[in-house]
Amino acid sequence: MSDARRFILSRIRETTAPGREGVATARLSQHGRNLQPGCARSSGSDLIDLFTRKAEAVQASVARVSGLEDVPSEVSRYLRGRNLPAHVAVAPHGDLETMDWTAMAITAEQRKPVDSDGCGVNRAFCAVAETGTLIMASGPDSPSTMNFLPETHIAVLKESDIVGAAEDVWDRLRASGRASAGSLPRTVNMITGVSRTGDIEQIIQTGVHGPRHLHIVLVKET
Amino acid sequence: MTLHRLTSERFREGADEALADAELQANLARLRGNFLARRARARDSLPEFDELVDEAVGIKNHVLEHLDTYLVAFEEAVEASGGTVHWARDDAEARRIVLNICRDAGASTVTKGKTMVSEEIGLNAWLEQAGIEAVETDLGEYIVQLAGETPSHIIAPAIHKNRRQISALFNHHHTNLEDRESDDLDGLLADARQMLRGRFLAADVGITGANFLVAETGQTVIVTNEGNGDLTQLLCGVHVVLAGIEKIVPTLEDASTLLRLLARSATGQDMTSYTTFSAGPRRGEDHDGPEAFHVVLVDNGRTGLLAGPNRDLLRCIRCGCCLNACPVYAKVGGHAYGSPYSGPVGAALTPSLAGLARTSHLPNASSLCGRCEEVCPMRIPLPGILRRLRDEEAQRGASPPVMRTGLQLWSVIAARPWLYHPLTSLTTRLLALMGRRRGHLPHLPFTGAWTRTRDLASPAGATFQSRWKAGERP
Repeated sequence: MSDARRFILSRIRETTAPGREGVATARLSQHGRNLQPGCARSSGSDLIDLFTRKAEAVQASVARVSGLEDVPSEVSRYLRGRNLPAHVAVAPHGDLETMDWTAMAITAEQRKPVDSDGCGVNRAFCAVAETGTLIMASGPDSPSTMNFLPETHIAVLKESDIVGAAEDVWDRLRASGRASAGSLPRTVNMITGVSRTGDIEQIIQTGVHGPRHLHIVLVKET
Repeated sequence: MTLHRLTSERFREGADEALADAELQANLARLRGNFLARRARARDSLPEFDELVDEAVGIKNHVLEHLDTYLVAFEEAVEASGGTVHWARDDAEARRIVLNICRDAGASTVTKGKTMVSEEIGLNAWLEQAGIEAVETDLGEYIVQLAGETPSHIIAPAIHKNRRQISALFNHHHTNLEDRESDDLDGLLADARQMLRGRFLAADVGITGANFLVAETGQTVIVTNEGNGDLTQLLCGVHVVLAGIEKIVPTLEDASTLLRLLARSATGQDMTSYTTFSAGPRRGEDHDGPEAFHVVLVDNGRTGLLAGPNRDLLRCIRCGCCLNACPVYAKVGGHAYGSPYSGPVGAALTPSLAGLARTSHLPNASSLCGRCEEVCPMRIPLPGILRRLRDEEAQRGASPPVMRTGLQLWSVIAARPWLYHPLTSLTTRLLALMGRRRGHLPHLPFTGAWTRTRDLASPAGATFQSRWKAGERP
């Protein structure tokens, strides 16, 4: 035990009542929720509407498709609409790997992104309707840099993965056995809109370091 | 325990300089209304805001009562994720720890996300001195670093500069880019993006702060809008997190409650663009992320604060809301405070961390109007703390002799009605007589500080008590 650790903890213990560790330890394992805002308690199509409205309010665009197989054509439509090259880096996720990109004349490379990639496509772990937030969990199928390096970020999200509040995300992580120290994803990114700054004269500008454009492809359940 | 580049003893001079600087005044004017109006809108659109504030205050108070248990739990969880926790008693120890990590990594360049603790401990200067280049990557921090200055606002570090000044800085420093001919914002942004992207890709170590440390999971949490904190930690070999020990929250649920208040209070957003939870180094199969993960838990005066009467300050989540609400900050800006922490929270925190000896002006840099306490999402009683610090200053006998004698004289008079009534009634009548022609007094002995810039309104001629006695009623 380092001297500094001992020093800091003993200084703290001079101020705390002894024998109360139980309260803190219990809180750590109970995952008790605090107040949930009313809007986070919507369900069904209300959730999808709320998510879409909130995401669009922070300069993301949302397109709905009826199945995973329709993702490449939506990506193609989006890229053409923005006059961007049909060249994308795609996260090595099972859902994205099986897609037929060539039919849409898109060059898709399954790998982590590099600096020169203009557009990256990945799969969202889930999303929070309350704030229009995408949740990306890092892993072999989801390099975190895909969320930040390319100027255009396209995220594929299933409708059934939209939850009400952030607390629902933590429950999902726990249910998938990925919420305890040691099993957690290295990085969980909550993404709400595009990269922005107000650092020059308080004027909001987008695309500072991360993506200038965020497009969410919302996939209906089949 | 010290705060880096502390010059709070110059507050009066700094404030005078700021008031005389027309360009700075114009730049500061942009702050007014902007942040606060956005905050008000964000607050109004969440009906549960005030209840959430109550809960958040409860969470923070609970943490302070169990800080030792939660810190140890956090440490265990970080280690279970393959990370390392370091403890630093003061600024010097924190600097040594970070430098050793950088040396072990053979680092020549370090990128940095925004961290206030780094400003506290003067990390950049220390690394530079050891031959390691430290590059700030938050746009505001980058601008301030190019200018050789310190941040003047917790969340808007370059609020004191305008586009012309920033353009000139870029022209001077970006020697590999063509000189900019106009100050258009898109061009400025493109230059910064290009310059800093290269820095991210080349960095050996990435240093960020932490808005929260989650005890349950060992995750550190940062909140940014630019994404610079993410590129900082994802593209380097070693991620170092600098955090004050009070940043602990028990669970992910508690972090979620605080997150509902942080961005709304800071910028008026529901959420900032990026909220990132980091745990340990990259996993075996991961494609990216750092190879090593270090958290440096910094005390630097915080355990002293915990034991003292001003411990409510440890609830602060650094949203900067009180700066935006403060009429004094709005006129003098952040640099006058001579501390990494400015505005009302800086005026309270700086003396509480660094002692009053060099910071005694700060508790007086407030009109005690109470707006800071009103907007604080952690309900920190800032005016009360400032009043207590003034009291402490007076007890030390360190206030100026003129002020002390004056106040002593005043208390002698005010405590004796037989002396107070005739004296005030005489003074009132005298002043009314002097100002009867204009209704105000342009000059008066001993009030030069007031009348230099404005007139003194002359009194009505009779005191409230004498008029009440004479039977007048409102």
